[in-house]
Amino acid sequence: MDIHEYQAKEILRASGIPVPPGEIATTPDEAVAIAEAYGGTVVVKAQVHSGGRGKAGGVKLAATTSEVREHAENILGMTISGFTVGKVLVTPAEDIDTEAYVGVLIDRKAQAATFIVSAEGGIDIEEVAHSDPDAIHRLTVDPRYGLMRHQAYGLANSLYEDPALVKQAAKIIHQLYAAFTSSGASMIEINPLIVTVAGEVKAIDAKMSLDDSELFRHPALLEYRDLSAEPAAETKAREANLSYVKLDGNVGCCVNGAGLAMATMDLVKYYGGEPANFLDIGGSSDPEKVISALEIITSDSNVKVILINIFGGITRCDDVARGIVEATTRIDIEPPIVIRLTGTNDKEGLAILAEAGFSAFSSMDDVVERGVEMAKAG
Amino acid sequence: MAILVGDDTRLVVQGITGRDGSFHTLQMMEYGTAVVAGVTPGKGGQTFEGPDGAGVPIFNSVDEAVAETGANTSVVYVPPAFAASAIEEAVDAEISLVVAITEGIPVQDMARAHAFARDHGARVLGPNCPGVISPGKAKVGIIPGNIVTPGPVGVISRSGTLTYEAVVHLTNAGVGQTTCVGIGGDTLIGTNFVDVLEAFADDGDTEAIVMIGEIGGTDEQEAAQWVQENLDIPVVGFIAGQTAPPGRRMGHAGAIISGSSGTAEEKMKAFEESGIAVAKRPVDIVGLIQSALSA
Repeated sequence: MDIHEYQAKEILRASGIPVPPGEIATTPDEAVAIAEAYGGTVVVKAQVHSGGRGKAGGVKLAATTSEVREHAENILGMTISGFTVGKVLVTPAEDIDTEAYVGVLIDRKAQAATFIVSAEGGIDIEEVAHSDPDAIHRLTVDPRYGLMRHQAYGLANSLYEDPALVKQAAKIIHQLYAAFTSSGASMIEINPLIVTVAGEVKAIDAKMSLDDSELFRHPALLEYRDLSAEPAAETKAREANLSYVKLDGNVGCCVNGAGLAMATMDLVKYYGGEPANFLDIGGSSDPEKVISALEIITSDSNVKVILINIFGGITRCDDVARGIVEATTRIDIEPPIVIRLTGTNDKEGLAILAEAGFSAFSSMDDVVERGVEMAKAG
Repeated sequence: MAILVGDDTRLVVQGITGRDGSFHTLQMMEYGTAVVAGVTPGKGGQTFEGPDGAGVPIFNSVDEAVAETGANTSVVYVPPAFAASAIEEAVDAEISLVVAITEGIPVQDMARAHAFARDHGARVLGPNCPGVISPGKAKVGIIPGNIVTPGPVGVISRSGTLTYEAVVHLTNAGVGQTTCVGIGGDTLIGTNFVDVLEAFADDGDTEAIVMIGEIGGTDEQEAAQWVQENLDIPVVGFIAGQTAPPGRRMGHAGAIISGSSGTAEEKMKAFEESGIAVAKRPVDIVGLIQSALSA
């Protein structure tokens, strides 16, 4: 789960990291009121789950009240990478001397949390990684020992030469690791970590993703979920424990397993169709999931045919069949349904479908070819 | 021969009394797997009713199960909140292969569990994987037994159901398998493509390999490089996700650390450049494998 900058900053502040104050505005009036309370120059920052906000014009410096109003009016309602801006963060501007980058994430290869830091922070950090890889320093933290003091100092030494700054940065890196582990994060990024003209090290921007699988341990963090940042159908899918991503085609896909779901979409394309969505009903076998899945697919008015492709493993075909039959009696499904059902308990599943008047294909190519044909005809 | 599981497998099922654990224990026993013990804390002393009146003793801990039954392999169906701990328990009891089926285990839990397994020289397969089956010998996990048949092809996949899709085409065409391995789709998995490729290379009976990948990460690219440098048996590949929307970015850090966006195109190109024949559809794997075997 991605969270907003202002939420990530709350978590960082709570672990002791120096973060400038800031408040959220949803209207230009609110933005002006917050700026007036701070006095002086402020930054107005779009709060969306996307990088590249600055480059998109979603981050502006405002020296006067009228500038605050003007920028807030422009930024609120702006679209950045498909997300509409509904909130801005208003925060006092800092006198920046230098900008560094500090990130920590779960690294697949090292199988542990890994820090990436660079003295050359700012918006072009990926370009730095490309053109000057030596400017990027990495450290993998052994989960059994945690981040050791000398390691935090080692990272801090690669950022600054002044011992006073190194000391502040080492402390921040330690606090960042604590925030990472205690919130069950999969990624936290401070970019930039600045040194002010007065010689203070501060985090003035933050990006953070939480591990969905660990959220059950952190009910307070669930409050950070921003439903406006995801389409309604995806919210419904998440609540039903399904993965759903809407696409632009007209063949609605309902599949078990992410790999098979993607292969089904690829095959729809292969036979000349366009998938309307990615939908994985997951590895469990709950008829209710199938019902939710069909409700979500039919909520997309582009869908001309519903293609169900189930290869039972831990998912049992009889449970899926019961879900399909139950769904067709409980909700009004207009598009025709084509089904492929094979694997664990397929005989029982096929019998349940036959009784309700459905037939099913046994091959994936056949069902996809038929589904694409019907989508084209319909 | 076969890899990971076979005639010597003596299996303990962790979470044997749960809905999925009990269902799949029956399926594994019906397939002929030697299920020697089950573990559910608090239910020690009870017996799990297997097919045809066969009973499996249930223990409170893996330690007891190993001491009493000589179990050497474990399969984990424990719910996500406790699954990493179950894996650590199996490793501590000197189980050499832990197959973790559970989906949705917190990633930071798994970082510790994997480190613990590495220190103890234990192999973890998964988590969030379908397990492993050596046709005619042993099935550990949830891969349906009726879709496999013994033969010369090794199968490795990141996916569960897509593995079944590929395997059923092979079986229908009369192309059998030495072992089919699902390595799992989580961020942190204990056994990667290269680990399984190495095992197949040493197997002796595996004459060709099917490798099924998907978008995200760089495991497939690394496997392709390993194949090119080390393997002298043919490999056929498939990558799912050619039409998938671009994945979620993990900030700048993700791009910096992998140096790659992990698209299907990138992976298919890496396969082709390493001499791996790439199937366009799952069904096309069959023709490519048949010509590889007859070459």
